[in-house]
Amino acid sequence: MTNIFIKSASEPEPTNWKRYFSFSTDHKVIGVQYLVTAFIFFLFGGLFAMIVRAELLTPQLDVVDRSLYNGLFTMHGTIMIFLWIFPANVGLANYLIPLMIGAKETAFPVLNAIAFWLIPVVGILLLFSFFLPSGTAQAGWWSYPPVSIQNPSGHLINGEFLWLLAVTISGISSIMGGVNLVTTIFRMRSPGMTFLRMPVYVWTTFSAQLLQLFCLPALTGAAIMLLFDLSFGTDFFSPFKQGDPVIYQHLFWFYSHPAVYVMALPAFGVFSEVIPAFARKPLFGYKTVAISSLLISVISTLVWVHHMFASATPNWMRILFMATSMLVAVPTGIKVFAWTATIWRGKLHFQTPMLFALGGVAMFLFAGISGVMLASVPFDIHVNNTYFIVGHFHYVVFNTVTMALYAGIYFWFPKITGRMYSEGWGKLHFWLTFIGANLNFFPMHPLGLQGMVRRISSYDPQYTGWNVVASLGAFLLGMSTLPFIANIVSSWLRGRKALNNPWNATGLEWTTSSPPPIENFEEIPIVTSEPYGYGESHRLAADSSSI
Amino acid sequence: MESPIDSRNSPPNKLNSTPKRDNLAFGFPVFLLSESIIFVSFFVTYALLRWKNPTWFPPGVSGLDIPRAAINTVILVASSGVIYFAERALDRHQLIKFRRLWLLTAALGVIFLIGQVLEWRNMPFGLDAGLAGATFYLLTGFHGMHVFTGVVLLLYMYKRSLVPGNYDAGHQGVSAVSLFWHFVDLIWIILFLLLYIW
Repeated sequence: MTNIFIKSASEPEPTNWKRYFSFSTDHKVIGVQYLVTAFIFFLFGGLFAMIVRAELLTPQLDVVDRSLYNGLFTMHGTIMIFLWIFPANVGLANYLIPLMIGAKETAFPVLNAIAFWLIPVVGILLLFSFFLPSGTAQAGWWSYPPVSIQNPSGHLINGEFLWLLAVTISGISSIMGGVNLVTTIFRMRSPGMTFLRMPVYVWTTFSAQLLQLFCLPALTGAAIMLLFDLSFGTDFFSPFKQGDPVIYQHLFWFYSHPAVYVMALPAFGVFSEVIPAFARKPLFGYKTVAISSLLISVISTLVWVHHMFASATPNWMRILFMATSMLVAVPTGIKVFAWTATIWRGKLHFQTPMLFALGGVAMFLFAGISGVMLASVPFDIHVNNTYFIVGHFHYVVFNTVTMALYAGIYFWFPKITGRMYSEGWGKLHFWLTFIGANLNFFPMHPLGLQGMVRRISSYDPQYTGWNVVASLGAFLLGMSTLPFIANIVSSWLRGRKALNNPWNATGLEWTTSSPPPIENFEEIPIVTSEPYGYGESHRLAADSSSI
Repeated sequence: MESPIDSRNSPPNKLNSTPKRDNLAFGFPVFLLSESIIFVSFFVTYALLRWKNPTWFPPGVSGLDIPRAAINTVILVASSGVIYFAERALDRHQLIKFRRLWLLTAALGVIFLIGQVLEWRNMPFGLDAGLAGATFYLLTGFHGMHVFTGVVLLLYMYKRSLVPGNYDAGHQGVSAVSLFWHFVDLIWIILFLLLYIW
């Protein structure tokens, strides 16, 4: 079977850098815009984390004052979630989904572009709040009342106000992006691309975006009410009057627990694309892996109370949510099992994307185990509000999701830019990240077990040892972005020209040119089989003649 | 490596060739479902707070003005019927009838909004009068904002109907606005039951 879609290398370069700064409705441009913008904010978030870690290098308060410290960890969390992981995932999805399902564009290109341009607005609001007389929001990324509804400065425009505004705008952007992606996946698939022929990345993005659409508005509603409490004298959540702060926690976690899967599901999708390609084997149990994504979405909406075991939650509710929380381990376990089985007896190729994917899966296993520990009520009550929690979720959001994002960026870099990245720099980046992240986040587990509370700027000297290790790890992690930036920038400018399918991967995105032409495909592709046909080319060729 | 695609014997392209407005017919209900979750979060908060607080209204207030709200409810429910007939008229290519009924819907929406403004002006308590004030103004205000948006959309679609031949090939925009209007109406019915009748 000849591949008629591969075009000559003399394809005119469609990338004029100026179009990345314009209001473009091309999903590929929007995808890159998201990725680059998110990465810039990632650097800010990382910088704030390093200042926090610098403060925690010693038990005393010696780098920043307490209110700036509070602002820094609040902004670190907020930026990493709302301006790095969400937009970076959406950017990758924007770039890849139409290519993977054989569509020319997304369903609502203008809506999509507007959704992107709200992201810089969110970032500017958050960063601007450092210059307000009241300082930034200081109540942590979850913004619990009553802390968040106090306004000691008395200004109407204060840090918390801008924070709530930013989160609401980010929510609007996510809903726009979600409507676009879900509609695209539902309605724009090429002929033959049935649901059970979609790559797992499409499945996981679909499941994650459904969660965005049906859980995120709860946070928007809570943010609006919190804004009223903060600024207009209402008392929805004020415990000093008739209100109830626990209702805020319910609304917040009804979204923010599923949000973990909005972040993690696309990461699982990336693992499911990268690992088969570099193990030269079909993904083990494709259908089960695909459908388990939807299962994760459904179960994850039923577990939010496990964040509130210590919020005077009645016992019957604790036990109920302990059970549902542990149930999430089943569909995620299916995925880990499938990746492991795919690696089993594969011909492994350890290029940078594969290193990040394997590192990510290994770290996710660790995160999953500490997650099951935390799902059990007695253990959770013991480590509640300690560094154990911080360690656990950094293994999820950094060691799993950010590793997967890096894997995805390296994997699809040739497709996006038409050039190859440098493998040597990539591997250096991987090892710095892997070592730095583990040095940074592993010590948080013993610290938490010993009782070190989170969100404090000075601590008892008995905790010094592990904190020094964690801080050094954080600085290493900060440095790890330098080879990445150097690699990406220099390769994009002067890298070796990439083939259309440098990894010999399956999937429609590899059948078009690198970078793809304006409407993605010369001719709309027809799909005749499941994805991941690694090592099955003869069977496929024989099959396609009979279809 | 062979690619799992083959365009030699292509079946007719069903999905990619569908007109873009059909995407709207799919995407807009998805958006409305998402939007409804904001209302659900308000309703749940309202129900929990009211259930926990036996003394709800500020001193001297026994309840809300049910007859006035009932009139407003009738107006809004009626407008849902009117817009249904407007859309049916458009299906039958009765453009003049469509425009009349469509404008009548917008007019009923405006009357509803005027009724709400009058009700707000005569309220015995303000936004900061405990939970009764907070929930009342938030819920009716957020809903009123949607009615206002609906009226703007209605007028916009009316303007577009004046372009000759605009709706000859289908009218997904009109259907979407109509769906939005029914949605706003449904939310009001829940809101009326929660705020006034409970």
